[in-house]
Parts: sequence; structure tokens; C-alpha cells
Amino acid sequence: MGASSPWKAQHIAGAPNDTAPARTDAADATVLDVEGLVTLLEVLARRGYRVLGPRVRDGAIVHGELSSVADLPRGWHDAQSPGSYRIEHTDDEAFFAWAVGPSSPKREVFPARSVAWRGRVSEGEVAFEDGDAASEQRPTALVGARPCEAAALGVLDRVLGDRGAGDPHFLKRREGAFLVVVECATPSGTCFCDSMGTGPAAGNGFDLALTELAGDGGGHRFLARAGSEIGAEVLSCLPGRPADEADRAARTALLERARTSMGRVLDTAGLPALLARNVEHPRFDEVAERCLACGNCTLVCPTCFCSTVEDASDVAGVLERRRSWSSCFDLAHSYLHGGPVRASTMSRYRQWMTHKLSTWWDQFETSGCVGCGRCITWCPVGIDITEEAAAIRRSDGARRGRRGGR
Amino acid sequence: MPTTIAALVAAHPLFAGLPADTAELVAGCSHNVAFDAGELLFAEGGPADTLYLLRRGRVELELSSPGAGTLVVATLEANDVVGWSWLFPPYRWHFDARAVQPVGAIAVDGACLRAKADAEPAFGYELVKRLTAVILDRLQSTRLALLDIYSKGETS
Amino acid sequence: MTAGCGLRPRPHRVVGRRRLAGDVVSLELEPLEGEPLAFRAGQFNMLTAFGVGEVAISISSAPGEGSTLHHTVRDVGAVSHALTASRVGSLVGVRGAFGTDWGVDALEAEDVVVVAGGIGLAPLRGAIEQLVSSRTRRRRREGAPEAPHPGEHHPPREAREHHSTQPRPPHLHLSVLVGARRPDQLIFEDDLERWREAGAEVEVTVDLATPGWEGGVGVVTALVPRITACEPDRSVAFVCGPELMMRFSARALLDWGMDPERIFVSLERNMQCGCGICGHCQLGPLLLCRDGPVVRYDRTVASLLQERER
Repeated sequence: MGASSPWKAQHIAGAPNDTAPARTDAADATVLDVEGLVTLLEVLARRGYRVLGPRVRDGAIVHGELSSVADLPRGWHDAQSPGSYRIEHTDDEAFFAWAVGPSSPKREVFPARSVAWRGRVSEGEVAFEDGDAASEQRPTALVGARPCEAAALGVLDRVLGDRGAGDPHFLKRREGAFLVVVECATPSGTCFCDSMGTGPAAGNGFDLALTELAGDGGGHRFLARAGSEIGAEVLSCLPGRPADEADRAARTALLERARTSMGRVLDTAGLPALLARNVEHPRFDEVAERCLACGNCTLVCPTCFCSTVEDASDVAGVLERRRSWSSCFDLAHSYLHGGPVRASTMSRYRQWMTHKLSTWWDQFETSGCVGCGRCITWCPVGIDITEEAAAIRRSDGARRGRRGGR
Repeated sequence: MPTTIAALVAAHPLFAGLPADTAELVAGCSHNVAFDAGELLFAEGGPADTLYLLRRGRVELELSSPGAGTLVVATLEANDVVGWSWLFPPYRWHFDARAVQPVGAIAVDGACLRAKADAEPAFGYELVKRLTAVILDRLQSTRLALLDIYSKGETS
Repeated sequence: MTAGCGLRPRPHRVVGRRRLAGDVVSLELEPLEGEPLAFRAGQFNMLTAFGVGEVAISISSAPGEGSTLHHTVRDVGAVSHALTASRVGSLVGVRGAFGTDWGVDALEAEDVVVVAGGIGLAPLRGAIEQLVSSRTRRRRREGAPEAPHPGEHHPPREAREHHSTQPRPPHLHLSVLVGARRPDQLIFEDDLERWREAGAEVEVTVDLATPGWEGGVGVVTALVPRITACEPDRSVAFVCGPELMMRFSARALLDWGMDPERIFVSLERNMQCGCGICGHCQLGPLLLCRDGPVVRYDRTVASLLQERER
């Protein structure tokens, strides 16, 4: 379904898409200085995009509207560990020396709340008005997304785009969006994109990819690569010079450092099958004793896509179908007349985790996890999906007692 | 050569696959019976002396209760077995068994069958195993009915 | 063939309404404009009670059976309550048709065993109608000529009609086994009689007989070994009802001698979008609105249904 894969359609002919091996070299990169970044934001605004990017707000780095590079979290770092996130300011000149914050690009293409449709029933007829997506005029340009986030958008393309016959609102938002990925130099204590093959280098799924270089003697600069036709067009408007050997070597060294400083590792060898044969593993009872079923992990996850709808009507007779994110940790999520199918925390954690790492493959031919580490950082009790998977691997085949662990 | 009744006995699922001489053994206790619609095969509280192997028609196991009318607990059809109280003291029927359609059956004399089972324990064991399988089926059906399996979509 | 993910329901008018049992109502729907919705037996639609909400309901008419859509709704929640209460002339929104079907069109010469529990007969009704009305099935094993060999002259219709001189109703090799808690919870009783007259083996049983009930008493699984119209080794089975009933029915069919690859069940989860985007109908590797509701009762499905969710 070509029409439902706008992202692929935007790629330059012959450029990598999500089925081709990721192309992570920077052979034909352009070098921009900070002025180039300033110009990039201006060009995007001039082309009519609503420019979003990372900003510091409420003690976290989150996505918000950018009016200039001054809004970027320059000098900010984040420190993340299970159940813990904090940011600190230094005199570092880098704009992107942090990992990921609680918000992901998901909310730009799939808002937490939206209106599916509005309508009015009268005189035996229904007059429909469009929902939110159709009335949004300006497409979004997201600057400073991470490679794992670009990968997550690729996962959503399969889930909400291709395979599900296409969520029209998602497709519309996705079609117009422009993505500037910044490669990761400073993974956090909960990152494991290297295990998942989604980072720290940007492989595909972007319009522009930047690598921020500083402190190597070559000055504060960005290696820029285009990943789509429109990305190349934008790049051609920016003042820069071709990258040289020293630039490329600096990038390679930076990515290697990032790869070796991942806070977490997930052994993905045979992982879907491992979990599929261990649904009765006692570890699920143990984790259920810690899990609060709060659903934070699903809210911060860049690929969790569940939504629920609710119909409302006002006194004037205007009906509205409201769509909002929902979580498999909600009791109502699996409600079937008579009650929830997954009533226990054990069942709900197991559903979430096995879906991410195992049954997602069955349903969408990809992992549901991109290794961004948010679910570990933002879990109030610090449950670590990599540790849970490792624990199951260590005692593959263990089965819980007949009574289960309640 | 098996007699006609032995052939009929051997053709019923309860005795299917038994050696010919065993079918003859059972046939020695058996005769053909027929009931009109509405007739009782046996009545609650009566002496349980017969095993019925249904060949055609339909039989209801029922209880009559003042005010509640007739309560049907099960309907049985061709190839089913009606009655096992003849095997256990005090040999009394627990329900009424009524033909609701014209019924053809083989009636096997309970006392005769018990005597043969006592005399030939191998046959007796086989008989009890087969009857127990029937009883197990009825028990499982009863459990399913208790669970009210049509009411909800619950998974466990 | 499953409908795309249009989020907007298509308005239909209720042109018929019938109470089938205490809390079960059947609705006949006609689109306000445009062609009737295309579907296959076993698929479902998302029905909107305007101002109340949307719910997944199976289609109980057969493709091509008149110009209206037939839905059978049990009053179990706010939306289904509003739907069962809707009057003739009122509007209902329809999105669909979604999901997998019974595959009736792909059947060749198989015998078909249908096992339904309670309102589970609703998603099966369309398939049974299709089977009953298919002439080719009626003629099989009745002395009518088999399909002609390639190059052989195909006799004209009249001649073929004439050839079949069987006095008794044509035999469909179709067994319909229906179970319900009580006689007053049976639905489609007229249809059951009509299918019986058309030559299907139709057996009905209830757990609790009430005065005047002349049918069978016992659970529906007990009817399986009594099937006479079909042979286990040449049958496919369609099973629908609550999950417990389907599990036990599938087991009874296996005991009867059927191949698990030929047993199909219709599963239900909390379907909210119908088109694979809302994530509510997860069942292990399956997204039921997309990969179901009709699934083969293979090892995966059998173990999924027995997996202990708590």
C-alpha cells in the first residue's frame, strides 16, 4: 500500500528504506556550523512548518515549539537510571548532549487526545464535520529527534499505517512531517538502542540527520546528511562545506564512544521465541509484586499505540467521538462483557512485555521495542525490561507453581 | 454364528469391539424391547433391574415435582445407554425414564449381567470400565451445565 | 477483504427490529445512501449508537440475502442497550466489514458441522444461510451427476433438475448443533426449522428444560457424537459461543475424529476500532479484529485460550 507509507515515498530513489540495510556512513555529508543550525530552523519555518524541538520545561527535556536555537537545551545533560531522571546544566557548548526525555515524537503524529469526528444528527440525517487532523493546516518539523525515535516512527508506520489498513489521521500527520534526527553522543544509563539496532547512528527514517561535533579541535559543528528528497532540498539551502576525513573520523569516534557507553544491554538472540515459551515463568509473578500497573511505561513508550474512544454529545446536539491514548495496564483495556480478561497485574505486565518483545513480531514483523529506555527511567519503581528479559533467559523453562503468585 | 441379538449387542457403542463370545455372553441376558411415545422405561424409586441400550427414538430422564411439573435432566438417543442403577445396591432408579418418541432398545437383565461379571472378572472389569466412561461423560456434561457455559465470554 | 480504517461511521436506518429472546434484539439496517455494505459471513461491523458509543457486532445476514444488513445485539452494556432500544426509523452508524470470515466461499465438497452456543448462532447464521441456499451442496451424494469432467457437456439446468428424483428433502451434509441455557434463550427458531426442512441436520439442546420444551436436554457438546449427516474425516466445523463452550466443543469435535486444522472458532475481545489500530483486541500473537474473529483452532489458539490470564 504505497499510499499508506508516506515516509517511504519521500525517500530519494535508491536511498535506504526500512527494508534495506541501514545506511549509516557519512560519505557525502555536509558540515554546518552553529549558524547553519540557525538557518535550518529559519528555512523550516519559512517553508511553513510548525517547528518543534527539545526544550527544557519542568525539569525535563521535552518537545515544544522552537522559535530559535536559543530555545534548545544547550549545555544541558540528563542523568537517567531505573526510576530516576534528572537534568543538569554545564557550560558545555553542545545543544544535544543528552539522551531522551519523557516525550517522544509519537505525540506529534498520534496525539494523546484527539477528535475522530464531530457530527450532528437531525431530521433523520447525520451531518459530519472533520476531526482534528483534517483541520490542522501546518505540518510539523521535529528537530532533534533521536535515531531510536525515528525507528519508533517506523514501527508506528507499520502499526498505524500499513498493517492496520491505515489510521487516516495518523497518515495525514505523518505525511506532512519533517524529521531532523540528531545522532546520539551521550546515551543515558537506561539506553540500549545498540542492542536493538536502532542507534546511536541514524540509519533511515529521517529527512535530515545531524551529528553534533565539538571539542575535537575542529570547532562546534554538525555533520548533516539528507535522507529524503525534501531533506536534500532543505540541506541545499544551508550554508556549509563538504565533510572531510577529520570530520568523518570525529563522527566515527563519537558513535563508537556512544555504543560502548549504553547503560543497558538486551540480548535479543531468539528473544521472541524465548518469551513465547515462557509465558508461565515465575518471573512474571515476581515483577507483578513490584509493578504498580500505573501505565507510565506505556505513556512514555514511543511505540505504544493503544487508544480508546468515547462518544460525547452536547446540549446543542453536536456529537463528538474522542480518541485518547490508553494502556494495557488499565483494567478496562481488556474488558469483555462480564469483566476484564486480564485482571491481575501479572497478566497485564506479561501482556505488555511479551507484546513489545515477542508477539509484536508476529503482528507487525518488527520489534515493538526500540531501546530508548524510557520505560525503565519513568517506571516509579524502576522495573527494567532488559533485566526482566535477562532473568527469564537465565531460567528459561521455569514454570510458576500451580497456585500462581498472587 | 452370533444370534441376531448378539449382533445387535455388538453393534451398540457400549459393547463395540468386544470379542464375539463376550457379545454372546451379554446377549444371553438380553432381549429386544419397544416403547411407545409417552411410555415409561422405568420409574423413580422402582427396582433397577435393566440396562437399556438405545437403538432408536428418544428417552427423557425426568423427575416429577408437585408445582414444578416435570423436570427433564437429560435426553438420550440412539447409541446411548439408559440406566446404571442396576449395578449398584440398593438397585433403585433415581429418575423416571420416558420415551418421548417410539423407542427401540435392547434390554439387558441387570442381575444376569452382574452374575456374569462376578463369574468372569475380566469381563466384569471391562463392563465397569465402559459404563464408567458413560458415567464420566454424563458427569462432565452436568459440570458444563453447572458452569453455564453459554452465559459469558469469560476465559477461565 | 476488510474495510479500511475510516473513522467515520456510515449512517444506516433501522428498517426492521425484532426481539429474538429476552435481551436479544435483531436489527435490520439500510444505508441512507449508496450501495449496501459488502461483507462475508463471519465478519463484523462496528455499530454506533449516536451519542452513546460504538461496539463490535457480528453480521447475521448472509451476503446477498436481501438489501439490508442484519445484526443481532444482546443488551449487555450502554451501547448495546441503546442499540437494542433503537426504533424503526432511527439511525445507526456502521463501519465495516472487518475481520476474517468463515470461508464459506472457499469450501468445496466438505461436510459442515456448525456448533453454536447461545447468541453464538448470530455470526453463524449467514454462513448457514449460504450453505443451505447453495444448490451444488444439495445435490451431492443424491445421485446427481458430479461436476462434469473438462470438455464434457454440461447438461442444461432443467435436465439436471429432472435428474434428481429424490422424494425426500435434499441432504446438505450440514449439521447444525445449537445449545442454550433455557428454551427462551434460543434465537432464530424459524430459521432452524427452515434449515431442517431444507435438509440440514438441526439438533437443539438446552441445559434447563421448561414446561412445553420438547427438544433435547443436555449440553451442546453431547450432540457431537450423535451427528449423522456428516463424517468427521470430511468435515469442517464452525464453532461460535462463549470461550468455554468453544473450547469444550472443539474438544468434542476432536474426540469425534476431526482434524484440528479443520475446526474454526470465532473469538471475541474488546474490539474498539475494527481495523487493527487501537490495540484492545490483543490475544497473544493475534490482533483479533484483523487476524480474527474467525481463527483456526490449531495448537496456538488452543493454548492461547487455555493460557492462564488472571
